[in-house]
Amino acid sequence: MSSAHTTRNQVYGWLLLTPAAILLITFTHYPAIATLAQSFFSTGTVSRPSKFIGLDNYRSMLEDEVFWKVLENNIWYAVGTIPISIAIALLMAVWVNGKLPLRGLVRMSYFTPTILPMIAVANIWLFFYTPEIGLLDQVGALFGFASHNWLGDTDTVLGCIIAIAIWKEAGFFMIFYLAALQTLPPELEEAAKLEGASRWTFFRRVTFPLLMPTTLFVLINAVINSFKLVDQLFILTKGGPDNASSLLLYYIYEAAFSFFDQNYASTLTVVLLLMLAVIAIGQFVILDKRIHYR
Amino acid sequence: MSAIELRGVTKSWPGTVAVDNVSFNVEEGSFVVLLGPSGCGKSTTLRMIAGLEDVSEGAVFINGEDMTSATPAERRVSMVFQSYAIFPHLNVRENILFGLKVRKVQAAEQEERLAHVANLVGLTDLLDRRPAQLSGGQRQRVALARAIIAENPICLMDEPLSNLDAKLRHEMRVELRALQRRLGMTVVYVTHDQTEAMSMADQVILMHAGRIEQVGTPDDLYDRPATTFTASFIGTPPMNLITLASGRSGAVIAGTNRAVIAGKDGEGRILGIRPEHIGIELAGKTGRRTKAKIKGIPARVTSCDYLGADTVVTATCGDQLVLIRAPGRCPLEEGELIGLAWSNEDVHVFSAETNQLMPEAKALRVAA
Repeated sequence: MSSAHTTRNQVYGWLLLTPAAILLITFTHYPAIATLAQSFFSTGTVSRPSKFIGLDNYRSMLEDEVFWKVLENNIWYAVGTIPISIAIALLMAVWVNGKLPLRGLVRMSYFTPTILPMIAVANIWLFFYTPEIGLLDQVGALFGFASHNWLGDTDTVLGCIIAIAIWKEAGFFMIFYLAALQTLPPELEEAAKLEGASRWTFFRRVTFPLLMPTTLFVLINAVINSFKLVDQLFILTKGGPDNASSLLLYYIYEAAFSFFDQNYASTLTVVLLLMLAVIAIGQFVILDKRIHYR
Repeated sequence: MSAIELRGVTKSWPGTVAVDNVSFNVEEGSFVVLLGPSGCGKSTTLRMIAGLEDVSEGAVFINGEDMTSATPAERRVSMVFQSYAIFPHLNVRENILFGLKVRKVQAAEQEERLAHVANLVGLTDLLDRRPAQLSGGQRQRVALARAIIAENPICLMDEPLSNLDAKLRHEMRVELRALQRRLGMTVVYVTHDQTEAMSMADQVILMHAGRIEQVGTPDDLYDRPATTFTASFIGTPPMNLITLASGRSGAVIAGTNRAVIAGKDGEGRILGIRPEHIGIELAGKTGRRTKAKIKGIPARVTSCDYLGADTVVTATCGDQLVLIRAPGRCPLEEGELIGLAWSNEDVHVFSAETNQLMPEAKALRVAA
């Protein structure tokens, strides 16, 4: 092949790649790098232009009490939502995978919360949590409980947010487990039955290990979602009271668009991304060895 | 006492009957093959013995006990599945020991039995492998080892060799049979492959459309088929089933006029003759052959399939198609006229109406 021909091929290649490359660079790579760069600069005003301040933004972040509070909230939010939603998802999947009257309807009902937008979900739950007239208080009143301001109490607000996230996520994860369960050959269960294995033994020794690839996938998604899913805060609490329900991403939003501190928001974003990366890598490294891939 | 007894077992789903009033006995220590074309209910029958399928009607007895509604585990039977049903995440050792661990057998005994069984099926060096690292034949052995280690007297096998290639299948057939004899197991073996049935079985149960067609030794089924279905299912190529008609001097092959059964009505009868029992008569090497000169029943060659050890000749005789198995290579050409001959004892006569053997016709003199 002549060298002119090779060059022409290369040009064609690059031309074909260009549209996608432009979009990717404009909306993904450039913002990511710009964010990282911005975190090393101070926020400029009219009188004081932005200037390079090194790690000062990170230093002030470490001294920011709200940051620590929000991080703590986020950790509790993750700890509260991830295991419970995965466990419920698995339970529901195993249940609707069996023979069941109205199976299609049950599966759909479980999946419905997933297709609802989070904003709509928050509005539904707002009705549940409203003091006096909300569903929770109405039902509580029947049993003689006093009215409680669920979202206005710093002790209960985060729990309320967690409950919504579990309700919304479990159905989504169920679909993955259901799909995985349906790829398991039924003879495995029959073989175990002949050996006298109970349903629990079979689940523990066979089903669960074979679902591990799905579990890893779901786990990573759950972790990412626990840092990503903050829409409900806009409707329900705006992070309050006293930052008791604020989460990291919501705090980033506040820093950027309420306090107009773009550079501090960039700093927080970099920290969030680093945390997610470390968690995801950790999960792969630790769990991958124990997983059987077919 | 039979190891397994089925009494009038029926399996029906709304709209279909998969197994229809099936009864048979399996003697202790025998190798029984459930044979039949796909969809004949043989696998369903096996699964009902295992307890993996509910019995709609009838009863299943295992070692004299009514096990019709017992759980699979209570029946104390082992099973080898067509897909092997090996746990893909467990290594060979864990797969074989699965049942013993479930039943909490002592660790020392587990090891002892594992060593014995692994040696028996030739897996000793592969115990730490994952199923994905094994060949088809090795996986088959794992499934077999898992069935044997339970030390259940009864082992059910559902087409265990159908996923193997022809050579391996032959080897495993021999091994399986030897193993069964050595361990004195009672085996019920499902297959659609008549070679497996003929070579391994003590007793063959031939099923067709949910019913038992015939029960007998491989010889019985081959030499004394009770129905046209048995005749046409057993043997490659299967028995010729030739429709007879009434002629002037007796029963003739429809479309010809030379009697094959003298002085007997041919209408409503089917003549059965195995391809290897038909001899080809050539009316002299030279000159034009005519129907008048030919000995036996005249037929015209349509094709010859050379198979190495023998040749299967297809010929038309009247309006019937006849297969003849001739030894070695057969120097016949398409359109050539030949004479067919057979001896009396190889002929089977069936009723065209019931498809059953007509034993009285056996004694008839065959003209050819």
